[in-house]
Amino acid sequence: MNKPELVYTTYIRSTPEKTWDAITKPEFTRQYWGGNANVSDWKQGSEWQHVTNENEPWITGEVVESIPPKRLVLTWADPDDLKDVSRVTYEIEPLEDMVRLTVTHDNFMADSDMSGKVSKGWPHVLSSMKSFLETGTGLKVGCGS
Amino acid sequence: MIARVLDEVFKSLADASRRKLLDELHKRGGQTLGELCQHLDMTRQAVTKHLAILEAANLVATLWRGREKLHYLNPVPLHEIYERWIAKYERHRLQALSDLKKGLEQNNNAKK
Repeated sequence: MNKPELVYTTYIRSTPEKTWDAITKPEFTRQYWGGNANVSDWKQGSEWQHVTNENEPWITGEVVESIPPKRLVLTWADPDDLKDVSRVTYEIEPLEDMVRLTVTHDNFMADSDMSGKVSKGWPHVLSSMKSFLETGTGLKVGCGS
Repeated sequence: MIARVLDEVFKSLADASRRKLLDELHKRGGQTLGELCQHLDMTRQAVTKHLAILEAANLVATLWRGREKLHYLNPVPLHEIYERWIAKYERHRLQALSDLKKGLEQNNNAKK
């Protein structure tokens, strides 16, 4: 097995439950993820989608593992290129009055350029999620800008 | 709380050896302590000490894989600094300046 390629952590003054909701509930995701939403019933084996505010799917995949509010593992692919699939793992650990959120994005295909694309987006998404959970507002700039 | 986190980030960055460590992790993520020691002109003790400081500032994220501890450059705190002081409308101008600088430096190198 190859080493994970992208690993990000952020410390958020929040609870594991609220952090889980921020990742999985469309009404929260939209407030910090450039207006986009994560949609699924988040059951193992279900489909999940990352959709724009016009409900156009940008990313789609399967829920591989779902242990609320601790661990969520998803496959990740562009709907126009479903073969180019990778994997995203969210891990939420309580730490005193904070949580540590670790996002690992790995299992990229050998010839994929997905790693380069998402490595610009993740730091922004996580900073924005932290801002949303701590202050009630995400960062204004949309993803990928 | 937020001030304390920022202090840690800036203190961590105020050291050339630690910046070099981050450069090394930027080049190749997921290195173990042993691998980092091979690529850097520092003792194992020094690398261990610097990694602990970088980890405390959340500039380095770690993952355990079996008995190996893997180290990654974590850009999230740097992104927060960027968001705080570099207004979004300045971004394109700064990018243009940065490109210009790169271009000019490449020309200089080519002439040498």
